[in-house]
Amino acid sequence: MLTDLYVFGDSPIHRARPAVKIVALAAICTALFVFEGWTFLLLAAMLVIAGFGAAGLRPVHALGALKPALWILAAIFAAQIYLNDVSLAGFVVGRFAVMILAATLVTLTTTSSEFVEGIHSVLRYAPDWVPKARIALAISLCFRFIPLVRSVLAEVRQAQHARGLGRNPLAVLVPLIVRTLKTADEVSQAIYARSFD
Amino acid sequence: MIRFSDVWVEKNGHAILRGINLSITERRVGIIGRNGSGKSTFARLFNGIEKPSRGEVRLAGATGSDELRRHVGFVFQNPDNQIVYPIVTEDLEFGLKNLKLPKSEISERVDEVLDRLAIGHLRNRLTHQLSGGEKQLVALAGVLAMQPRMIVFDEPTTLLDLWNKQRLMSTLAELDQPIVVVSHDLDLLAGFDRILHFENGDIIDDGRPEPVIAGYVDRSKC
Repeated sequence: MLTDLYVFGDSPIHRARPAVKIVALAAICTALFVFEGWTFLLLAAMLVIAGFGAAGLRPVHALGALKPALWILAAIFAAQIYLNDVSLAGFVVGRFAVMILAATLVTLTTTSSEFVEGIHSVLRYAPDWVPKARIALAISLCFRFIPLVRSVLAEVRQAQHARGLGRNPLAVLVPLIVRTLKTADEVSQAIYARSFD
Repeated sequence: MIRFSDVWVEKNGHAILRGINLSITERRVGIIGRNGSGKSTFARLFNGIEKPSRGEVRLAGATGSDELRRHVGFVFQNPDNQIVYPIVTEDLEFGLKNLKLPKSEISERVDEVLDRLAIGHLRNRLTHQLSGGEKQLVALAGVLAMQPRMIVFDEPTTLLDLWNKQRLMSTLAELDQPIVVVSHDLDLLAGFDRILHFENGDIIDDGRPEPVIAGYVDRSKC
């Protein structure tokens, strides 16, 4: 999870402006689709690995990021073999893996507030009607509340399990949604109370 | 001083607060009452989270919800709903950035409040991994960093164990600002300067803690 990933450090990658990292991430991901071929893929992979090294990160961080995506990568690999051939399947999966690692490098070296500031500065040139501060805050709230919703889900599951309703998805979903909406209401009041316009 | 002049709060045609007239000059004021008596709605008027349907709330010349929220801090019952950012220091900076303070001042104020509440060791911790008591202190730190003139607490000890409750009580006793505390915890309010007892959207008793709390306990007997 993103909020659990940030690794404290003082490397050049950590210190780089968040907007630069976000733009670089978008550029690499776009380029991976524009320049098809193993040469560019290998170059991009080496660049990302060099980034991990420069940030002082260990292989375990990269593996940790890839692990949850393995079954999706496996499914893509199987589909590509069925539709095309092994070489193209390897290329497509490799491309996704490099994109995941590039995104991981950004999240491992950028705190959520820096990330929000980065989004804010990337949105600086958007038209006035785009609610930039609100978009940036919404992203930070996602980082903050994913673990909170996860803990509420665990509580609701345990409570319904104790009532013998553990296998009923409706019995879990309804209280989860009600509690989440109630929390959202109070969070919006708290944000207002802390002088957010 | 904060003054409430004929303040009504109505929702769906139902009066939650009925013409509250009150001035508060004391340093420590407690609010008690049964569930649904209107005390939390009243507390939310102090910093403009709740707006009066009729009447006015005025803090030493400041009116309007924007001015009130600038000058009155609010600590919610559940700190999980108050902490906005995933890392402690980021959350403490949130309100200060909203006040558009320079970076150097933001950093100074964060350091100062972490020292003051003796929670410097939590600086880089993930907020969702803190204990209940630590979260409550971080929520309070976020409010204190904004240097409000008054702080309102909505049932601050409800989710705390005895140790954290006592820690919070000693922190409250050391605050420079006047405080208003909504609570069912009568021990917490015993040493306060003034207690307001709410029932059905109105203040039915107002005065020193001993007689007001005794009256509340009497009325609560089954």
